[in-house]
Amino acid sequence: MKLSARRKAWNGAVKVLLYAAACLTAALLIFLIGYIFYRGIPCLSWELLSSQTSYLKGTIGILPNLLNTLYIILVAMVIVLPIGVGAAIYLTEYAKNRRLVAVIEFASETLTGIPSIIFGLVGMLAFVQMCGLGAGILAGGLTLVVMILPTIVRTTQESLKTVPQAYREGALALGSGKWHMVRTVVLPNAVDGIVTGCILAVGRIVGESAALLFTAGFGLNLQNFVTSLRSSSATLAVALYVYASERGEFNVAFAIAAILMLLTLLINLAANWAGKKLRR
Amino acid sequence: MDSIMDIKDLNLWYGDNQALRGINVTLPRNQITALIGPSGCGKSTFLKTLNRMQDLVQGVKIRGKVLYDGIDIYDPSVDVTWLRKRIGMVFQKANPFPMSIYDNIAYGPRTHGIRGRARLDQIVEQSLRAAAIWDEVKDRLRSSALGLSGGQQQRLCIARALAVEPDILLLDESTSALDPISTGKIEDLAVQLKEKYTVIMVTHNMQQAARISDCCAFFLLGELVEFSSTQDMFSTPKDSRTEDYITGRFG
Repeated sequence: MKLSARRKAWNGAVKVLLYAAACLTAALLIFLIGYIFYRGIPCLSWELLSSQTSYLKGTIGILPNLLNTLYIILVAMVIVLPIGVGAAIYLTEYAKNRRLVAVIEFASETLTGIPSIIFGLVGMLAFVQMCGLGAGILAGGLTLVVMILPTIVRTTQESLKTVPQAYREGALALGSGKWHMVRTVVLPNAVDGIVTGCILAVGRIVGESAALLFTAGFGLNLQNFVTSLRSSSATLAVALYVYASERGEFNVAFAIAAILMLLTLLINLAANWAGKKLRR
Repeated sequence: MDSIMDIKDLNLWYGDNQALRGINVTLPRNQITALIGPSGCGKSTFLKTLNRMQDLVQGVKIRGKVLYDGIDIYDPSVDVTWLRKRIGMVFQKANPFPMSIYDNIAYGPRTHGIRGRARLDQIVEQSLRAAAIWDEVKDRLRSSALGLSGGQQQRLCIARALAVEPDILLLDESTSALDPISTGKIEDLAVQLKEKYTVIMVTHNMQQAARISDCCAFFLLGELVEFSSTQDMFSTPKDSRTEDYITGRFG
């Protein structure tokens, strides 16, 4: 049977529209990436990467912000990993009360959808003011912990659930204790998912600005790890905001943007690689 | 006849659904006991009460006594890891861990604190020999157990269970997923194993029960209808329901 002319035309029109939507998406992405690299890469220099901003010397550098970003990744991951993985192990392997688990899972799913500025606000009240930590890497890191904890819990849970039940039964039937079973059979087979989740969490930390504005602060001075914990320290993403909106240094802002894009690309590649490599 | 397990008034519920009803039976030592009956009759449920794998099921309730060498295994003082070391289990579907053949066998002994390399080597070889698979795998102990065929994997699982030196071996339809040749190998193995171990097996396969078991327990709708020597059960069943089942009138 032949398609009627009308249906043929309709099919053709839909196809063209869908094609246009796909082209537009691709064009926007390519334009965005291209424009940032076009503006940012020429501004990158060794001096920018290796010095700090100083009015006395007249230099502009983002070394402090690079370091602050590393510090905050370190602080947040060291705290979030044991809590998140521990909670996920409890929820999937130990918890008996299915309803409680469902409530916690729902809550963590909801938390992942909250705008990060709200985490920033709560972090400012709780960590900066109530706990008296002051704005700095510690308060910022703790805020990020709260923000990425649900993601870590969920990705860990998902990868624990992919471990076949038969492995658990096999280990228990040999007289293995619960924790021994989890440690020797479940975790080694879930590690790829956990690592992938962590890498993606690092990606979120690198790109986060709103949650850190009030909690980690805007400080652009070079500091070591210990002093940065309790004093205002801007990460790369926050520094981008500072240079663009407060100082009008758009070249520096674009340079940072290019760095952030490269980092995100690297982190996503690493996550892909880890997911494949560790699965063996 | 020397007995090894004594089950008294065993009742089991999954939620509100009673799966075992007033089971009383004494299982003999160093014999193969086959548990037979149609699907859903409670034979696998019964098997899993013997090493407390039922503990893993949510909402299970168990009443009655399961005595192993006179010890009530559901007594709170019983260490379930000790129990499962004494009473090993092989599942319907082979479930080797995604590790090397060697590490699969060494898993149990390591769990129970054996660390010495020489001792482990010895246990691994012994167990693989006892499970009649040593010659097939001795040259590739370090390669993944997942590379073995289904029948080899199941014998590996038997070897893994033997490596913790159990007293009793529970086989839960352990040949149902295998081809006839692999099945034959495991049947021969079960017959050899009863020299040292007590074997309790669930099977769907009447011929298998008739071929290799010494005693037979026939379950129906959660009840133990008949328990007797295999010879008696297949030649002169006492209960008409048993006769109907083994002559194939239902199943």
